[in-house]
Amino acid sequence: MDILVDSITKTYGAQRAVDQVSFSVKPGEILGFLGPNGAGKTTTMKAITGYLAPNEGNITVGGISVLEDPDAVKKQIGYLPESNPLYTEMPLIDYLRYTAELQNVPGDQIKNRIREMIRVCGLEGEKHKKIGELSKGYRQRVGLAQALIHDPEVLILDEPTSGLDPNQIIEIRELIRKIGKEKTVILSSHILAEVEATCDRILIINKGKIVADGTPDNLRKQAQGKEMLKVSIEEGERNDIFNKLQGLENVEMVDILSASGNSFEIQSKDGKSSKREVFKLCVDNNWYLTELTPSETKLEDVFRELTMK
Amino acid sequence: MKQIWIITKRELQSFFDSLIAYIMLVAFLGFSGFFTWFSRTDVFYLDQASLQVFFGIAFWTLFFFIPALTMRLIAEEKKTGTLELLLTKPVTDWQLIMGKFSATLILILISLVLTLPYYITVARLGPIDHAAVWAGYLGLLFMSGAYISIGIFASSITNNQIVAFLLALLIGVFFHIIFGQLAGATSGFMSQLLDYLSLSTHYESMSRGVIDSKDVIYFLSIMAVGLFSTEIVLAKRNVVE
Repeated sequence: MDILVDSITKTYGAQRAVDQVSFSVKPGEILGFLGPNGAGKTTTMKAITGYLAPNEGNITVGGISVLEDPDAVKKQIGYLPESNPLYTEMPLIDYLRYTAELQNVPGDQIKNRIREMIRVCGLEGEKHKKIGELSKGYRQRVGLAQALIHDPEVLILDEPTSGLDPNQIIEIRELIRKIGKEKTVILSSHILAEVEATCDRILIINKGKIVADGTPDNLRKQAQGKEMLKVSIEEGERNDIFNKLQGLENVEMVDILSASGNSFEIQSKDGKSSKREVFKLCVDNNWYLTELTPSETKLEDVFRELTMK
Repeated sequence: MKQIWIITKRELQSFFDSLIAYIMLVAFLGFSGFFTWFSRTDVFYLDQASLQVFFGIAFWTLFFFIPALTMRLIAEEKKTGTLELLLTKPVTDWQLIMGKFSATLILILISLVLTLPYYITVARLGPIDHAAVWAGYLGLLFMSGAYISIGIFASSITNNQIVAFLLALLIGVFFHIIFGQLAGATSGFMSQLLDYLSLSTHYESMSRGVIDSKDVIYFLSIMAVGLFSTEIVLAKRNVVE
């Protein structure tokens, strides 16, 4: 099911939490929603789930408008809210039954669905406990189980792996990837590694506006532009090397990396590569070149650059 | 309708799971039983086969107990965030409100049904005005409905249960005593208006055994106003300025 968000705006008082945001997600796609805290991720997700109505704009899920027929849309959506609210006094199985009933799962299938969810989400050992007795990681799984109970076409997960330990994070990510093959998934996070590991597409949002949209590789390339090299030279005098590097034809800027030792970061001019020149310079001066590596632009840098403005 | 029933079931379950229901039943039956059978002004003292004492006591006990039952209904869901979880399922604000309302009303109904042995016992002691008893029960039920809707409204405007409890009592006390008292202290149209607003007036006329449509409409309107206001409070998150 396609999700189509068409220039929505949501204001809280004078503050524009979401400002003219538009994007679309296709089935089989996992969209990562990335942004600093308070950027508007949660508000956008709440709008898609029909909990908050945007001031302007429209959202359709599978062609049905959230504003016109919220109930029809809500049936297609599995939602895990940010803080993962749960009825702590309820036994786990009762809780899953309650959500299954509310989602109109047919009575004869409820038992099967609950069993399936307990298996898929790894809750086997905890199934007779009350939710309040579960650890945070297990509660997160319960949150995921209730979102998946009616086998929704669309899954919206607000920070699904917060509070989990590294093993659990990997399990949950695999689960999300598996689900994402057939379903439409939107997940938000402010952890870049997570989005990079799980998502096919990344949407970076800052101050209510979309600032980047693309695959992780694309985003990296966009921000890369100029070649960056890390160079270490064992012999020679630091200032001398620095000046000579600076004097190279294709080099735009040289940075000294460490306080002692001769490590430099070289930025080449637009579209030029200075690897050859650096190598030649070392040969000519009889310097021993210990490192010459292109430094990859990390998604962190893209993110910082886009959201620090 | 189905959604309302699912929510009603869960709310009732949660009343019993959290012991609130048992405390309510024990306290209600205890109070009303004590005053009906053992106190200084009990049935034997009055020497009349009537449940007037019971209705008088139930009138006050329910007034205090209902806010305690309703205070967590919405406030707690708001505080823990489960309200968002519920309303992002195919559940409308109305279904949620009605589910919670009917769960509380059913609990009250259960406690009233459990007092039927009082009625049976008294009826065996002497001639009893059956119409008055049933009208009295109906009056209690209507009154409970009114206070539940006020309680749910109070619970919806805060996420602090204590505030919800006190607010429900505060609004309730106006209908319970203050309007009636003021009606006695004023005259003319004002007095009539306040007398009409006073819940006690309508309750008393009902528990005398006369089911007047005027009283029924009064109780139903309080319920409607309370529940509508709750809906407005819940829908406020979507108000577009």
